[in-house]
This record gives sequence, C-alpha cells and structure tokens, in this order.
Amino acid sequence: MHIILDKKELAPNVKMLKVSAPLVARKSKPGQFIVIRISEKGERIPLTIVEKDDKIGSLAIIFQEVGRTTKELGELRKGDHILDLVGPLGKPSEFRKVGTAVIIGGGIGIGEAYPEAKAHKAIGNRVISIIGARSREFLILENEMASISDEIYITTDDGTKGHHGFVTDILEELINKKIKIDLVFAVGPPIMMKAVSEITEPHRIKTLVSLNPIMVDATGMCGGCRVNIGGENKFACVDGPTFDGHKVDFELLIKRLNTYIAEEKISCKMH
Amino acid sequence: MTDSKHKDLSKRPSMNKQPPVKRVRNFNEVALGLTQEQAVKEAERCLQCKDPKCIKGCPVEINIPLFIKFIKERKFNQAIEVIKERDNIPAITGRVCPQETQCEIVCILKKLGEPIAIGALERYVSDYELKTKIQKISKLKKKEIGKKIAVIGSGPAGLTAAGDLSKLGYKVTIFEALHEPGGVLTYGIPEFRMPKGIVRSEVEYIKRLGVEIKTNMIIGKILTIKDLFNLGYDAIFIGSGAGSPHFLGINGENLIGVYSANEFLTRVNLMKAYLFPKYHTPIKIGKNTIVIGGGNVAMDAARTSLRLGSDVFVIYRRTEKEMPARTEEIYNAKEEGVKLRILTSPVKIFGDEKGRVKSLECIKMKLGQPDETGRKRPIEIPGSNFSMDCDTVIIAIGQAPNPLISNSTKGLKTDDKGYLIVDKNGRTSIKGVWAAGDIVPDSGTVIEAMGRARKAVIDINKCLSQTRPTIKN
Repeated sequence: MHIILDKKELAPNVKMLKVSAPLVARKSKPGQFIVIRISEKGERIPLTIVEKDDKIGSLAIIFQEVGRTTKELGELRKGDHILDLVGPLGKPSEFRKVGTAVIIGGGIGIGEAYPEAKAHKAIGNRVISIIGARSREFLILENEMASISDEIYITTDDGTKGHHGFVTDILEELINKKIKIDLVFAVGPPIMMKAVSEITEPHRIKTLVSLNPIMVDATGMCGGCRVNIGGENKFACVDGPTFDGHKVDFELLIKRLNTYIAEEKISCKMH
Repeated sequence: MTDSKHKDLSKRPSMNKQPPVKRVRNFNEVALGLTQEQAVKEAERCLQCKDPKCIKGCPVEINIPLFIKFIKERKFNQAIEVIKERDNIPAITGRVCPQETQCEIVCILKKLGEPIAIGALERYVSDYELKTKIQKISKLKKKEIGKKIAVIGSGPAGLTAAGDLSKLGYKVTIFEALHEPGGVLTYGIPEFRMPKGIVRSEVEYIKRLGVEIKTNMIIGKILTIKDLFNLGYDAIFIGSGAGSPHFLGINGENLIGVYSANEFLTRVNLMKAYLFPKYHTPIKIGKNTIVIGGGNVAMDAARTSLRLGSDVFVIYRRTEKEMPARTEEIYNAKEEGVKLRILTSPVKIFGDEKGRVKSLECIKMKLGQPDETGRKRPIEIPGSNFSMDCDTVIIAIGQAPNPLISNSTKGLKTDDKGYLIVDKNGRTSIKGVWAAGDIVPDSGTVIEAMGRARKAVIDINKCLSQTRPTIKN
C-alpha cells in the first residue's frame, strides 16, 4: 500500500498526486512509468513518473480524469492509499550532450515532458520548450518548465494564452529560422506526436516520442501494447515507451487506442 | 473392506463434471471431483505393487501407493500428509497434472483396462483437506537456520521451491511481479479449470510454512539479482516463467480484436474481465472467435471465448493427434461446442475501415515427413486458401522467456532463445543463482517444473549447508 502524501489540482480534471514509494523512487529514471491499481476490482493503468524525491521516497504522477479508473483516482485524498503500485517500468530515456534539445509537451503530456527537459538541462543541453494546451486553463507546469528551459513557447488551441495555434506551428517557425536543433522530444496526444515527427523528418532532426498504448501487465507478458516501429512489432512497456518518431506507425497506435471506447462508456456510467 | 479379487479391476470412476450445456454458461469449475465413496472404491482397486512404477512416473516422486492405501482406509489426513512430503500444492497438481502421460501411464492396471485415477484421488484428498480446513503445517518443518533465500516468481516452480526451502529451515521471500501470487495458475489457467480460490488456499499454505510473499516486485526493475545479494540473500531461485508471447508475423496481426492468448487470458483470469463492468477491465469478444494453436493454452482461450458468448473455431496446422493439448482438454472443448479446423494455417487477417478484425484467410495443409520434434511436418497445399469470417482472433502459439531478468543481470547466460542455461541441478551461470520452470529450456508440465525446482532445492541446501560454499560456476 502506498500512501498519498499530497494532491493538487493542476487544471480542470487534471490532478497531481505525490505518492510514497521509496523503492521505486530510488530506482526510477526519467522516461519510466509505473502501473497502479486502486481497488480490488480495478484496472491496471500506466502513469508516467513526473518527478521523484529520493529523500521522502515519493513519486509524482499527473493524470487527466477521462475514464473510470482515473476518475476514481482523482477522488482519492491526501492520506488515502493506492492498493498496488509497481515500477519503475519501461526503458529509461537516454541523455547525451547534443547541443540544443527541443522538448514538446501537449496537454497532459507536459507532465511527461518536464522530467525530460530537466534531464537535458542538467546534462548541459540548451533546452527549448514548447508547451501547448486546448486553452489557458489546461496549461500545466508552466512555471516548472520555464525554470529549466533556456527558451519557452506556449501555445493554446483557442488563443487564450501564448501563440494561437499548435505546438507544431512554433516548431516549424524554429526550423524556418534555421535554429540548429539537435534533438526533438515530443509527448502528448498521438496526433500531435505524429505531426511533430512529420515536420522534423524531412530535416533529418532526430525525434523521440513517448507512446501511450493500452497496457495490462506492463512487463512484456501480454503484448497488448504492441506498436509498429519501422515495420517491426515492439512492446511499448519493455522496449519503450520512447521510440524514434520517424518510424512509428501512428495510425495503428491511434486505432488501437480506440479499442475499448464502447466499454469505457459503459464503465464510466458505472462510476 | 472389499476383497479386490472379486472386483472388476478394469474400470475407474469417471470424473463428475458439470454438463456441457450448463457449464458453457458459467465460469465455475468443470470437473467436480470424486465423491468420498467413489474415491474409496477407486483406492480399493489399487494393487499396492511391491515395485510401484507410478512413483517413478511422478516428477516429484509422491509415494502414490501409500496415499492411496490411506484413502482406502479412509485416513484422508494421513493420505494428504504423504502427498505433501513431496508436493506442496496438491490441489493444483491434482487438477492440472497430465497424469495420463506420467504416473497413470505406467500403472499396471492399465494393462487390464484403465489405470488407477491417481490424479482424481490426489485431488480428492487435497480438496478434503481444504474443505475441512485442517491444512496442517508439515511436521517436517525444521527449525530456522538463519539463512535467507530469494525466490523470484510465485508460479508452480517458485511456490514449490519456496515451500521446500522453508520446510528446510530457510527464511524465504518470494518476489512476485503481478499484484496476485500464483503466476500462470492465476493469470493463465481459467477459473473453470483452476479455481482461484484453490490457488489462494495453496498460496496460503505456502505462507503458513513461513514464506513471505512480496507482490508488485519486478526483479530486474525494482531490484536486480545483484541488489538481492547485497540485501543479504544467500541464494536466489529464479522461477519467473515464460511470458513473452509469440506472434505469427502475418499481416493484420495488430488489428483491433487480435489478442495474444496471454493478453486474452490475463484480462479474463487475473483482471476478471468476464465480470466486466463489475470488474473494471474490459475484454473485446465478438460473435465469431478463431483461436490459432493446438496446446492447452489454445483450449483455455477457446473455452473462455465460448463462455463469453462467442462461437469458436480452433485452427491447427497439423491433425488432432499432434495437438499438444491434453486429450481431456480437447475432449472437454469439443463437448462444449468448440469446433476444430485441423490441417489449417493462418495466412492473413483482414480488417474493416476502423481497424477491426473482419476475417481470417487460411490455407489447407497436409502432413509430410516427421521433423526434428518427431511430429509430421505440415506442408501448405498451394491454391487451397479460403476465408473465415471472425471478429476476434486469439493467437496461442507459445511464448518465449521474459528477458527482464537476463537483460538486467551481467553474466547470467542464456541460450539462443533466451532461456536461462542451467545444469541438471538447476544451477545457472552465476554462483548462488538457481532456476527452474518455464524460464529454463524444456521445462515441460507444471509438475515437471516442480520436479526441477525440488532438485534445485536439494542442491541449494547442499551448497548452503557446507561451511564454505563450493558452488562451481
């Protein structure tokens, strides 16, 4: 059992929990995730480790209340327990001094972009962050991202803050301005990661994306999270979650993410 | 007591089962076990051979004639004691052991007709013990000797090793990756063949032997083999199982509605998707399911799909004779309405515009010369392609060992398929580390894995008993 040490609402339906998990915290590295199950009848869901604190032995996770499990998770309070928590899962991201890294986070994905940006900064890369959301109120971790970025750009779909448009607009602008970009890391809705990869491919800019397929055990046992990378099937839980964006079959990812749409509706009604 | 001379020695009682029409509508156990009268009567049929072949046929060498003798005398508690000297989880092995190819195949009575129903008798006494709640801690448990052993995985191999090591006086901790112990017994074998209540009771017994079970601990991630040694464990037993599913490598394999048997069964068994939405994990099941494969896992997937309300075809590229599933499981599946399409191999899966499975293209096969496994090689018949409509496809063609531990452990040698290389005592290439079960090559059945785990335990005990360990690499 893992006690919830802190809870914050970052945006409407977007929450951050700080959970006690000393062993996982000690071992976890940026890019890795955990799987939690919150009740005897509950699902196992993967969540990215946004931050860890070795001293307290805690992990921070951010989630949007979209389905039954995330809604129930959102109802837990400080002092409550999470029944099952397992990790750290997935391959840690690799960080090398490359020069300039553009870190792109869309929506809830900003939570996953943050540890990446932080690690790039720590290793001595110049970090340009582009963060975007539907609307101003859904923009999360703006200050945190700003504090570890050399440059930061904000976009909103409705223009309520920053650039009126998408994160890809800014990325194209940077490329057009001939800014030397050595690496792009993007995390957010699959459609956004797809668009980012399509923009960088002709310019041969190395682009990494963090994928979020449906998982069950997340130990490589079920193959439910299989994604097609350059014509080859990979399991996102053990081979990923980070892959070369130019090789990802995003259409397939998007289709497979819709597998249980009908069941999700039934499940949400039960909530 | 009945004099066996005047009895018909050729017949055994048939296992009581839920009738097919009833059982396809529920997930309750199919085989209901023997009644006490049936069990005693069957025990009376045993010839109590002076040189019993059945003991040698059993991978863990249970003293079969002795426990049967106790059943005949209605001393069921003594019968269970005899079994538990060699087998910590008899309610499980009594259900899933292929006795017909192990202890029963060598029974002398087989020559007269039917062998003693050893499996059913084992199950009877272990269920008797669970029902009467007298599960005793074996008198064999020795006093603690102050040495710690880590067991990785809580499936049949891990539970066996942990139980036996604990009986020998070691302090044993099991590290289980999932949230529930039991390994394949929990996530793989369905409720109707392996009730989870039974698994829990057997796991409880292992705990009462003094074993601590830590769930949600993925060794290779949260702790490495090296970390475990640093934590003071004197020996490590790896029983992490198989668990990386094979796919076919054909077009359409990633369509919605295509599952690996592992995913399908894990959703249904571990996550209880058959009780969705009461349980929150969903499963997608259509009207027409095709299961690809011919093993026990394929039968489990097929029979599960039936119970979820689908019509089911099993396609297999050889004939029924070559199917690796237990005869009894194939029989049960067919009796329930699973349709077999033998000499049939999948070619391509087709989907609709939303990416959902629509049909499976197959090709007819014929049998050629035997291959290296001794089974006749299936050969495609050119031009025999045909299509089968379906909305769910389950791929049950086996699995590879999970590489999480080998990838994270320097010096742990694996073969070209990723199995851990071990000697006859289960020693791996790392000093102080043993392995058994599906993580080693040719592990065979549940009970064979348990047999190997027992051998490893004997070797671990031998090595740790010496003042200066002389474990060879």
